[in-house]
Amino acid sequence: MIEEQSIVKVAMADLNVAGPNGILRTTGLGSCVGLTLYDPVTKIGGMAHVMLPSSAIAREGQLNLAKYADTALPILLNKMRNLGASPARMVAKMAGGAQMFAFAGSGDTMRIGPRNVESCKAGLEQMGITLIAEDTGGNYGRTVELDCATGKFTIRSVQKGIKEL
Amino acid sequence: MELFKHSKEIKMDVLKEVGNIGAGNAATALSRLLNKPIDMAVPQVQLLPFEQIAESVGGSEQLVLAVFLRVEGSAPGNLFFIMSPEAGKNLLQNLAGIEVSEEEQFSEMEQSALCEIGNILSGSYLSSLADFTNLSMTPTVPALAMDMAGAILSYGLIQFGEMGDDALLINTTFLEGQNEVEGQFFLIPDPQSFAQIFEALGVPLEHD
Repeated sequence: MIEEQSIVKVAMADLNVAGPNGILRTTGLGSCVGLTLYDPVTKIGGMAHVMLPSSAIAREGQLNLAKYADTALPILLNKMRNLGASPARMVAKMAGGAQMFAFAGSGDTMRIGPRNVESCKAGLEQMGITLIAEDTGGNYGRTVELDCATGKFTIRSVQKGIKEL
Repeated sequence: MELFKHSKEIKMDVLKEVGNIGAGNAATALSRLLNKPIDMAVPQVQLLPFEQIAESVGGSEQLVLAVFLRVEGSAPGNLFFIMSPEAGKNLLQNLAGIEVSEEEQFSEMEQSALCEIGNILSGSYLSSLADFTNLSMTPTVPALAMDMAGAILSYGLIQFGEMGDDALLINTTFLEGQNEVEGQFFLIPDPQSFAQIFEALGVPLEHD
């Protein structure tokens, strides 16, 4: 029996995991990064909509761990492991980290996109997970989907249309 | 937010008035530019989860035209002027008498004109606010983008991101008679700016 695929939505500053029938989806990525992990054997996938590079800058009381690149990655990995995925087999794909507005004399906040990307890469390297595909940077927004049945990562944007990685 | 624990109603009303004054002046400026009456809706002040902010312009993936500028000074924040691409075309035709292209894309000339209109409107929004509060608020050079609403607005949420998962925004819609030109102002003051605004307007800030 073929089960119907279901869309699993990932909100801004949130993360989620799905099994083989799931399609993980997050919309309107600007400077945020859609970071995905995938285990091709168990077909378990995970996606985080990372908003900020590091939890060190947090000034909130109750930390939302899904929001920061450095804290979202370990949680995502753990959640997938709980579903039966093996970290050793995991590969990563990501998109986003754009610089939506170009300014002269832009400060650190304006470079938030590239910093998110750098931080995600550093985290992946630390955990020994290979980044096999990315579509980052630029000055445009993206919507991304990870099809857990195939591991296909689809990126849609207004300016560039549809791209598959 | 901690700041809204006490006399929340009054504070929300004060922020509504802030939106009213800012957008009111911007609407007047636009009305002069177009030589047409411009109506304005009652401002909305909302503390919204990040995910819901783009909903008021049609959802995270909705294509919008946005002029963004960062407000600097004693009450920093982010200001967006958002329109649909169709409204942008209408604005160009009505205002500048520019023969707009049928295509969805905007030419360089059209973009530059829109950016300037956004600049004029945002400038009058901010300067009336600065007069009203007696706080210094200076805009940076504006930038124009046409993209998904979620991708654009998330840029204004970074400062809030460090504090929590909600942002407070002051949203005012205005429209020209036949709905040909409709635009929305989103003012998202940085979290620490609210105390400055309230203090400047004589709203008591209780502390626990």
